[in-house]
Amino acid sequence: MSRIGVFVCWCGENIARTVDVDRVVEEVAKLPGVRCAVNYKYMCSDPGQTMIREKIASEKLDGVVVASCSPHMHLKTFRKAAQTAGLNPYLLEVANIREQCSWVHSDRDEATEKAIELIRMAVAKVKNNHALQPIKVPVTRRAMVVGGGVAGIQAALDIADAGYEVVMVEREPSIGGKMAGLSETFPTLDCSQCILTPRMVDVGQHPRIKLYTYSEVEAVDGFVGNFEVTIRQKARYVDITKCTGCGECSKACPLKKNKSEFDFGMGTRSAIYMPFPQAVPARPVIDKNVCAMLTRGKCGVCAKKCAAGAINYKDEDKLVKEKVGAVVLATGYKLYSIGKQDGKIAGYGEYGYGMYKDVIDSLQFERLLSASGPTNGEVKRPSDGKTPKNVVFISCVGSRDNAKGLTYCSKICCMYTAKHTMLYKHKVHDGQAHVFYMDIRSAGKNYDEFVRRAIEQDGAKYYRGRVSKITEQNGKLIVRGADTLAGTPVTVEADLVVLAAAMRPADGVTELAQKLNVGCDQFGFLMESHPKLRPVETNTAGVYICGAAQAPKDIPESVAQASAAASKVQITLSAAELTREPEIARINEKTCAACFRCFEACPYHAIEKAEVRNRKGELVKRTARVNAGLCMGCGTCVSICPSKNADIEGFTEQETYAMIESLI
Amino acid sequence: MNLGYYPGCALHGSSDDYQQSLKACFGALDVSLKELDDWICCGATAAHTLNHKLSIALPARNLALAAQQGCEELVAPCSMCSLQLKKAQKAISGDALLAAEMSRIVEAKPDGARVLNLIEALERVGLETIKTAVKAPLKDLKVACYYGCLLTRPPKVAEFDDCEQPESMERIVAALGATPVAWNYKTECCGAGMTMADEDTVLELSQKILADAAAHGAQSVVVACPMCHVNLDMKQSAIEARYGTKFGMTIYYLCDLVGLALGLAPKTLGINRHFAGRIA
Repeated sequence: MSRIGVFVCWCGENIARTVDVDRVVEEVAKLPGVRCAVNYKYMCSDPGQTMIREKIASEKLDGVVVASCSPHMHLKTFRKAAQTAGLNPYLLEVANIREQCSWVHSDRDEATEKAIELIRMAVAKVKNNHALQPIKVPVTRRAMVVGGGVAGIQAALDIADAGYEVVMVEREPSIGGKMAGLSETFPTLDCSQCILTPRMVDVGQHPRIKLYTYSEVEAVDGFVGNFEVTIRQKARYVDITKCTGCGECSKACPLKKNKSEFDFGMGTRSAIYMPFPQAVPARPVIDKNVCAMLTRGKCGVCAKKCAAGAINYKDEDKLVKEKVGAVVLATGYKLYSIGKQDGKIAGYGEYGYGMYKDVIDSLQFERLLSASGPTNGEVKRPSDGKTPKNVVFISCVGSRDNAKGLTYCSKICCMYTAKHTMLYKHKVHDGQAHVFYMDIRSAGKNYDEFVRRAIEQDGAKYYRGRVSKITEQNGKLIVRGADTLAGTPVTVEADLVVLAAAMRPADGVTELAQKLNVGCDQFGFLMESHPKLRPVETNTAGVYICGAAQAPKDIPESVAQASAAASKVQITLSAAELTREPEIARINEKTCAACFRCFEACPYHAIEKAEVRNRKGELVKRTARVNAGLCMGCGTCVSICPSKNADIEGFTEQETYAMIESLI
Repeated sequence: MNLGYYPGCALHGSSDDYQQSLKACFGALDVSLKELDDWICCGATAAHTLNHKLSIALPARNLALAAQQGCEELVAPCSMCSLQLKKAQKAISGDALLAAEMSRIVEAKPDGARVLNLIEALERVGLETIKTAVKAPLKDLKVACYYGCLLTRPPKVAEFDDCEQPESMERIVAALGATPVAWNYKTECCGAGMTMADEDTVLELSQKILADAAAHGAQSVVVACPMCHVNLDMKQSAIEARYGTKFGMTIYYLCDLVGLALGLAPKTLGINRHFAGRIA
């Protein structure tokens, strides 16, 4: 016979107003197995919890039902109280008589009846409950950061400075990301490289950061605390342990006219190259699609020039495995392909990007402004190297445009366009900047003041309206648009046009997300677990996100989010073992027929195909087995198992049927 | 190959030269054009500015006729006609109530035929087929491909090529051996029907088109629309008089160029009936 205590909460007036709590106590006390029933004004308060603890001790209770608010609210509170009193917490259940009863009903008698029934169900369940122990999962106390832009750098440094090892994986030959190529940053106009490169060096020299550049994540196995990552180190053809970074190879390379990826095609590089002088690691890489030795087997100049003997034309991709406990995805963004159709997203043929040399995108303009850029920071247009006297900036190219398929605001373009007009004016004093915009969105500390400065002090002309077409005539770009505030068409004869293209997630993010079971939104940005309360978590335990991979954002926001992700990683890594709720699937391995339907159905890949062997090591049988680290307790395996060998702890079929039977 | 043919008012009237060229060209390509029996006006600009339902009912009747006459692909060489037909088709296919109403009005079911503009019709014949049929490559011809405002717009109705930077005509012209020039005014408006109401506007717009084509090295302009041809060809002398420039620009229909490359005589194609430029 059970000894169950029922504790009915008034929740002040919230429950007691509609439910007759005295009658409830009177009725449920009569239920078989109920040892005592009491009610109290606030069961969650200290006196309320004390009441539960004292009753457990004095009445030697072996089960507790608290009839109160939703278990989402206070189940943990009450279970903790039960545990303090020496009762296994999983022998306590909550009957929700507030959200599912008093709040949604007005008739006092009916609500009281319903409350009694809800409690009867809970009592029936508790009778069938058994003690459960929390699951302990060992933790590999190191993290992986994917992406070496400013977000990834910040996350990696924070985690490493907190004392944990970090494996950083970057696809490009150097870390630094997009920020390394920017000129100056809004709203303070501090030089991007000056603030970023020291942090890049910190990453490169940090004793706890292991850096894999020119590498990609090939596969991810395991689960929170226990990921095993396979990393593909792409053939670099340069042994970076031997190389000293002297740069003689690039100087000697005869193939110098390749478009530089770092300069977004605005400058050139040799076939063996370092993306930029401040690269970390400061080691070159050979472009295998261009190098004469690798494509035609003739040349070898760089190998001859290399005093360190670091060139290896026979280099191949290598696969490396790393064990980590948590993962941060900071894969960043790319720009929208302005001139061409890309899947469902249409191009902007009318702007002639890719057709007119002097129509460029905003990242290309950053390189023209940058002191380390192809023009050493002088604004010279690509077609003839002349200094442009009239520059048109067009915002929202691809953003906020239903017709082109990207409905969202890219958030940073208003700010960097204002910055572009300023920097341009600071370099070309007799130049005139023209901006076509839809709205100016400059929310942020000192942001709106910055835009006003661009307009009022640096004299940028702002037109609220769209540009309909750009044509070329006698070396001028004819920009035709509208000024909707003045109600007039505007034509500007420009020397250079800069398009603020929409931000999109970097290439390959969807595939990477699939490897980690992380979701993407309709535009391919990584999905957070909850937009407000879990903004850097994902639905996969142990995987966190930050930076522009999640949504368009600027540097301060990326950095803040990266630190947030890093602190979440530190929580995950803070103990040698992770404690998880034990309410997960259990498979009866003795009777499992090993059909593995559950293996196919499990959305979390938490079912393993296991073998049972006897002491001699002979195979006794095969069975499905639940990986306690991965199982989320969703119950899909329970419903699909044809032989009823799967069950969810804490929600067993026996418990559920007992609840139903108590009602009928 | 058999294709249905919807001439529309223009090709039976002012642009008879277009019909002559079209028939000669498709004949040489071994394509038989079967004219829709009992066709009516597509409604053009007039209908949709006055009565929305009428602007759908008129093309709907033609589509119903096409269905009745077993026509699966219907060539409408006038860009206004092809657009109106496509527009009606789109409106009906997305709206069951409207479809029922139209069936009642035109007393038949207006479904079926795939509507092709001239470029689509030639693409249907096949770029490779055309290429192999070329007998006299147009080697020395530098030509500006002019789409006008209607062939690609509105993009959701026309569903044809890049709305702002189309390339399909260039591909055909290149297959004939000619050199298409890169220029700015491919999809600008020539003034179209305004030629009747406000000639000044038409002269201004068409002048810009001709001037830009000339500035980019074109010796001639190729069109796929009867109205564009009227404004650039017939009005060319008026433009020249008003702006004091001499263009002397031959304006070809796209089928003219295909026909010439296939070895047809200019006279067969009706090119001698054009007004401007050197008569080839």
